[in-house]
Amino acid sequence: MSAKKTFQGGSHPPTRKRATQASMISSMPVPSRVVIPLSQHTGAPAEPIVAVGDEVSAGQKIGEAQGYISVPVHASIDGKVVAIELHRHPLGGELPAVIIESDGSEPSHEPSQTPAQSAPSDPGAMVEAIREAGIVGLGGAAFPTHVKLSPPENKPIDTCILNGAECEPYLTADHRLMVESGAEIIAGLKIILNILNCQRGFIGIEANKPDALTAMREQVREERNLTVVPLQVKYPQGAEKQLVWAITRREVPSGGLPMDVGCVVQNVGTAKAIDEAVSRGKPLTERVVTITGPIIREPQNVRVPIGTLFRDIIEHCGGTTQKPGKLIMGGPMMGLAQASDEVPVIKGTSGILALESNQAVIADSQTCIGCARCVDTCPMKLVPTQLAKLIEHSRFAEAEERGVLDCMECGTCSYVCPSKINLVHLFKFGKAKIFEERRKKKDGQAA
Amino acid sequence: MAKPPDRPDNLLHVSVSPHLRDTVTVPRIMWSVVLALVPAFLGSIYFFGARALWLVLIGVVSAVITEAACQKIRRKPVTVNDGSAAVTGILLVFCLPPGVPWWLPALGSAFAIAVGKQVFGGLGHNPFNPALLGRAFLLASWPVHMTTAWRAPSLGTLSGIDAVTNATPLSMLKEAQKVLVDPAATTEQMVQAREALSQLSSAYGNLFFGNVGGSLGETSAILLLIGGLYLLFKRYIGWKIPLTFIASVMIITGIFGGSNGLFTGNSLFHLLAGGLLLGAFFMATDMVTTPVTFRGRLIFGTGCGVITSVIRLAGGYPEGVCYSILLMNAFTPLIDRWTRPRRLGEGAEKQTA
Repeated sequence: MSAKKTFQGGSHPPTRKRATQASMISSMPVPSRVVIPLSQHTGAPAEPIVAVGDEVSAGQKIGEAQGYISVPVHASIDGKVVAIELHRHPLGGELPAVIIESDGSEPSHEPSQTPAQSAPSDPGAMVEAIREAGIVGLGGAAFPTHVKLSPPENKPIDTCILNGAECEPYLTADHRLMVESGAEIIAGLKIILNILNCQRGFIGIEANKPDALTAMREQVREERNLTVVPLQVKYPQGAEKQLVWAITRREVPSGGLPMDVGCVVQNVGTAKAIDEAVSRGKPLTERVVTITGPIIREPQNVRVPIGTLFRDIIEHCGGTTQKPGKLIMGGPMMGLAQASDEVPVIKGTSGILALESNQAVIADSQTCIGCARCVDTCPMKLVPTQLAKLIEHSRFAEAEERGVLDCMECGTCSYVCPSKINLVHLFKFGKAKIFEERRKKKDGQAA
Repeated sequence: MAKPPDRPDNLLHVSVSPHLRDTVTVPRIMWSVVLALVPAFLGSIYFFGARALWLVLIGVVSAVITEAACQKIRRKPVTVNDGSAAVTGILLVFCLPPGVPWWLPALGSAFAIAVGKQVFGGLGHNPFNPALLGRAFLLASWPVHMTTAWRAPSLGTLSGIDAVTNATPLSMLKEAQKVLVDPAATTEQMVQAREALSQLSSAYGNLFFGNVGGSLGETSAILLLIGGLYLLFKRYIGWKIPLTFIASVMIITGIFGGSNGLFTGNSLFHLLAGGLLLGAFFMATDMVTTPVTFRGRLIFGTGCGVITSVIRLAGGYPEGVCYSILLMNAFTPLIDRWTRPRRLGEGAEKQTA
């Protein structure tokens, strides 16, 4: 076996994947109602094309994409639209959503409209099928996939990397998907390669998933252009720029994208969704979510309809042993704490993590003692302690000069900080201030 | 004033990610440093008797009381439990001669904490290593105590050499070399000086185990190494500063430290004698007062080594570890500024393969 690849920096938070890494992905009974936000992706929200009272079936388009960086949304269960209104959204605040009440029927697992013709074969039609299926990056960022698969002419892609690192602690959804649905994932990868006219494909997997490595190796045994790459177990191994560097030794430029160095990175779950959309015309109406944490009675990986409320899923998993101290969408490093369990699963929901109350409150910050742990571990090679001090003193221009916009908020610095300084919080604040300043400047020029 | 609306009790606790934090805390790091100093502390009691125990206790108690008092005066929370004042107290006493009167460590610790640390705003804000600042203060104020209160270890001699009983190894070296380059020195003096230099190598064993004269906590190389390696293993200190500090002292003294021309110096002697190991592992690694960048720490350690060597070989004092670290502390902000790492993707061209 070749040496495990990795990036420079990073940390080793406890992985805590044991509770769910061996459990087969199960399905849950159709929830009585789903809440499908019209904005589940980066870009413009979809516009509803159904009205209250309409009967809808699973897979039916209920929201139309608005503009290029946008995707449609689909009904995930059979039933009736009971409301189109503002609803609590897992990304914060309240956003418009289509609320569907189930008619009790089990989903057929087949697309409602059979594709007019057989599976598309030319790249343009495939990209269109992917867009129509509402596919976005399922790793969490939820960027519309058809955009990623349409690089400009002057940026030829020669390398496609499937991201199976799953470096966030607790989460095992991608792990199980690789073990159980390897064939579909590889079929999706081939579609991506076909679309991009690209020869080389890699599947990067952290070495703590030996069964996934074996399963994926099995799938690519006959494929000479596809390689499974074992990655060192280190956080954030699955971050896009770090993954590109680990596998290709290419450095994505500051402010740039992997396509700037000829690479496209897709999550393994996205690859499977691409295969389903292109080969079977199936829209993205469900996803695998890891429901886990020390207080979940039956931690497991569940395939759930998009729009299912966290509360219903947690109930399906036996409920919690105590009132959650914190409920997180995603993993503990980058996930978003939820104020309520009345939020729906969206396309980017990789996990639901319930923590005990004693894990909920982070200790008070103390003064920085200059230990340099954040500097040693920052995967972007920033100097977090200096950036934090600049932002604390409202010196945003200097923070920008020193690269705070390169921060991807992976949380490594806050994790390792012995003074428990909320570095990521400061960087989010500083970045928001810098963007606010830019907007002001732009508005000033426009006026 | 209007009463704020009650928070609905069905809402959950929300905070910014990450929601997982490492178990390493500032107190844990500081108390680990204390633990790492225990072998050398026990060694000092073994070599210099119960007065070592009392001096260290006085130094620590004085540091802790001063810290608490300053924080009370500043109306800040008292944080003596974080262990940082205890570390300063121990380190200060470790670089005092064993024969100093009891009030010297008390005053030194109080100065180190009050003037070296609290006036700047406490832990994390001090530009200089407090313990070394305390030592520098004592050396300037009570030079006689600080340079003559040496004691021979219980089982050996001050120099570590049986025949010589009136000097620590480094001062013996310094005196001998002074004689050798002095045109007015008599032949008899020259012969004695050569004799002394040739005997130094017989002191290696004593230097390694600590059975020589010197400051309280600096004499035993092996006990300091045990503590230093423990901190390295736990990753509470890095290898960059100790390695570059020690290596540069050994290289420079090896090249320039001899009396018979270049490359005749005794670098092993310079490694084992004096406070190099104590300084390199426990003082030049003080997080607050040293650079945070990778290259910065290499520069810092090398700078400490160069200045230590210059003082030892050409300066007025036999030992230069203390002042080398204090001088480099002053450069820390500048070094950090010079050595900011290149960010991932910074300056990378938007290329295609």
